[in-house]
Amino acid sequence: MTMEAEQVREKVGSILDKYERNEGMLVSILQDTQAALGYLAREALLEVSAGLEVPLSQVYSVATFFRAFSLKPRGRHLIDVCLGTACHVRGAVGILDAIERETEIKQGDTSEDMRFSLETVNCVGACALGPIVIIDGKYEGEMKIDKVKPLLASYE
Amino acid sequence: MKGEASMVTLTIDGRTVQAEEGAMVLDVATENGIFIPTLCAHESVTPYGACRLCLVEVKTANGRERLVTSCLYPVEEGLEVTTDSEKIIRNRQTIIDLLLARCPESTVIQDMARKLGVEESSYPLEDHGNCILCALCVRACQEVVGVSAISLVNRGVEREMAIPFFDDSTACIACGSCSYICPTNAISMEDSDGIRTIRMPNNVTEFEMVPCKVCGNYWMPQKQVEYISKTTGIEPEFFDTCTNCRD
Repeated sequence: MTMEAEQVREKVGSILDKYERNEGMLVSILQDTQAALGYLAREALLEVSAGLEVPLSQVYSVATFFRAFSLKPRGRHLIDVCLGTACHVRGAVGILDAIERETEIKQGDTSEDMRFSLETVNCVGACALGPIVIIDGKYEGEMKIDKVKPLLASYE
Repeated sequence: MKGEASMVTLTIDGRTVQAEEGAMVLDVATENGIFIPTLCAHESVTPYGACRLCLVEVKTANGRERLVTSCLYPVEEGLEVTTDSEKIIRNRQTIIDLLLARCPESTVIQDMARKLGVEESSYPLEDHGNCILCALCVRACQEVVGVSAISLVNRGVEREMAIPFFDDSTACIACGSCSYICPTNAISMEDSDGIRTIRMPNNVTEFEMVPCKVCGNYWMPQKQVEYISKTTGIEPEFFDTCTNCRD
């Protein structure tokens, strides 16, 4: 999963060029970098800092501020469990527990086989479907604990 | 700005004062001998409003009343500022109470709390060291030193002051400005045997120092010499002699 430094530099270089190395586009650049690499590699942040002439400390500050950014490699499938108020009162915590048991990872972590990354979000605006779990962008509404196992089994 | 800055008239605790337009209420109050407590304000860096202790009540000329941080609130014509009402004292007590819960070991916070009438925190005590996340160190490093070696990272309850990746001190020139400016002594600096050690809440870094060729005392970090000669064009050899040994 981790890429060679050279490859990272190349990819980040072309993203920087796309935004004309405009430091005001830092967040967009980080978003594109994450999309291209799957996560924000250390090498990538160094490259963004050098390319935009923005201090590394500021790039790091922005990269760690937004939940959408991950500084660790992510698994093949990203599970987002909604813990917003509506999902919470409908038992989202139990769903999260079940997923943590099934995947053997805690929220914020990635399984060793790189199959799943597990994260939580606070409301995705689909409260009527709660509790809701989103896998790779696909919404799974009205989740139940006994639906967790078969659902995860469908993701290799 | 063109010409002379225009002046505005306002009152602080009933006293009529004149101030330059654009000046912040905290600075104007201080100039006029009116004390407002604060931890995160410093004349050398831009105001930031982190500690919230400088809260005051303002009433604008059109009658709007609210609580604001005086370090970030510019004066305006006809503004009425109150710095010591019952409401402000109560609010400041809550703020220092929270800070005391965060940094129970900090003598600076303890003293400030006592002055504001809080003997002990009413919240569960936490163990965050002495850092109150006021970013004075970050602002000094960026605006005064110009290297931006540190920043506030993460978000919400996980917010911390750190160097990039918690381990990369490449940009740091070991000048120690962060340590000097820290209001709560969360960053310490120690020079011993030619090594400067800077202890931040999340990491400890050691820097080599250069000795004075006359007295032999180690007097300046190597990286600071390099940075100053790079930015000013002064030859590094200039720093071979310490300020005490120069003619």
